Amino acid sequence: MTGDFNVTAVSMFGLFVTFTLLITWWAAKRMTGTKSFYSAGGNITGFQNGLAIAGDYMSAASFLGISGLVFSAGYDGLIYSIGFLVGWPIILLLIAEPLRNLGKHTFADVASYRLRQKPTRILAALGTLATVALYLIAQMVGSGQLIKVLFGLDYTYAVVSVGILMMVYVTFGGMIATTWVQIIKACLLLFGATLLALLVLAHFNFSIESLFDAAVNIHAHGEAIMAPGGLVSDPVSAISLGLALMFGTAGLPHILMRFFTVPDAKQAHRSVFYATGFIGYFYILTFIIGFGAIALLLSNPEFLDADGKLNGGTNMAAIHLSSALGGDMMLGFISAVAFATILAVVSGLTLAGASAISHDLYASVLKKGQADEKTEMKVSRYATIVLGIMAILLGILFEKQNVAFMVGLAFAIAASANFPILFLSMYWKNLTTRGAVIGGSLGLLTAVVLVILSPVVWVDVLGYPEAIFPYKYPALFSMSVAFIGTWFFSVTDKSDSAKKEREAFTLQYVRGQTGVGAETASGH
Amino acid sequence: MIEKKLDELQHLSEYRDLVATRRRIIWPLAILMLLVYYAYILVIAFKPELFAAKIGEGHTTFGIVIGLGLIFFSFLLTGIYVHKANTKLEPLTKKLLEKTGDL
Repeated sequence: MTGDFNVTAVSMFGLFVTFTLLITWWAAKRMTGTKSFYSAGGNITGFQNGLAIAGDYMSAASFLGISGLVFSAGYDGLIYSIGFLVGWPIILLLIAEPLRNLGKHTFADVASYRLRQKPTRILAALGTLATVALYLIAQMVGSGQLIKVLFGLDYTYAVVSVGILMMVYVTFGGMIATTWVQIIKACLLLFGATLLALLVLAHFNFSIESLFDAAVNIHAHGEAIMAPGGLVSDPVSAISLGLALMFGTAGLPHILMRFFTVPDAKQAHRSVFYATGFIGYFYILTFIIGFGAIALLLSNPEFLDADGKLNGGTNMAAIHLSSALGGDMMLGFISAVAFATILAVVSGLTLAGASAISHDLYASVLKKGQADEKTEMKVSRYATIVLGIMAILLGILFEKQNVAFMVGLAFAIAASANFPILFLSMYWKNLTTRGAVIGGSLGLLTAVVLVILSPVVWVDVLGYPEAIFPYKYPALFSMSVAFIGTWFFSVTDKSDSAKKEREAFTLQYVRGQTGVGAETASGH
Repeated sequence: MIEKKLDELQHLSEYRDLVATRRRIIWPLAILMLLVYYAYILVIAFKPELFAAKIGEGHTTFGIVIGLGLIFFSFLLTGIYVHKANTKLEPLTKKLLEKTGDL
């Protein structure tokens, strides 16, 4: 379906675009070199970065997707929210500070700190680009469909305009613009979701119990929506999903990059504290919004099609709810917020992908760290444009495809390739280049192959009657393969370079712990 | 230059203090987080009916209270770490860096 033209939505969104373009223009004047392009010059405070991290994490997929999941399955939506959140304390405790102390612009800086640059960086860049591409396609397709419904704009135009705006932000404003766009969007989204949840609660006189009562009475599953149900049914799937969500978060390149935008390790850990607070609060809101949607939409034929299903699919639950509770004004506002969310998230992803190409592949591998700054900037801008055009084309190509598996696969790759090499490089003395490259590649390969053979691709996309690999989530297997492979090929590595790499661990550890020698905000 | 400094640092008692204190803070918290989360996941996998039990007269189940509690717990845990990092690790790091003249 194509939606009607909503004046509030279009003017709200117009305001957002104008304002963010002004910020991009302001940021472009401050773009002094690669350090401002990749990490905003290291000048972002912990609080600002906390908001930006939360913004990267609260994508349209989690706002509309999780409230939609609560709408259709009740409690099971909460299982996802919790899984997405519990990765944060782990990042804070084990990753944030050594990452900030050892790295410069990308997580590959840390992984390759004492290993051979070329193979390690190529693998890390591959892991980054795979994660970014899958995430980006899922967001582009989602955005095209959403904008079609919300603004009545044709799918192709929608995808092209998202792609062009994102290229403008990133190419001209780099990390400075991307961070501020993300901060503004995070505030808008938190405000919008708070308002929506308050309207739901007000409708039930601020009694959670009467909200639950109304939802249970109208939902087809009745009382079952108050407890875990069919979404995660067998133990292997439950554990595997838990692993992917928890450790995938710790391997998402666009999130890890944010730790280099703050001046030091202290601000890095403060940012995670704020981010966890915002994200946790946001998930509680989506839970209320999802239940509100059950209680208020299922009783209203205006929002349902002939079969009693929600117009435009369950992902539209939050959008329809805003219209049911606050009329055209609220619908317009929430729609504009959803659009802003997509724009901000795709910008962050594209920047991470472009950095992998220009910083890791071009400057570190091809030019062996001797790249001229001006040329590297040019490469990163070209990379942004190429990624943007690819995102647009793939977004159009995948319009009619089922892309639901893509975010799951992105998390699986992040958990099975990026996270193991990053974590082991920081904490395991015996890691060698051979172990990291073989183990990381095996993890990546296993994740991709198992997802293709699993029900989400083999049955849902390729149309075969039965899946070869029975589980929807591969992380339990692919992470095991990655860790065992890395361990085995490291300990059996008797080469001279392996010996040197092991010896270099001690001083790397001292730097990771103390921050002596770490990149500073002033730049070099 | 930096290598030399890092090499000197690792032999100082202040450095060993810092690393030992940090270890005592981060690993118990990380293990606690993993235990709590996997306990939750395992209940969902093996004994979901535990979470379906009602808390009172109404519809609220143990699962909902524990689930929302886990969100608060995660946030609380990050708060505890940040507090300990500021009060315990920060002074130790400062002392160490003062000694090596890196401030």
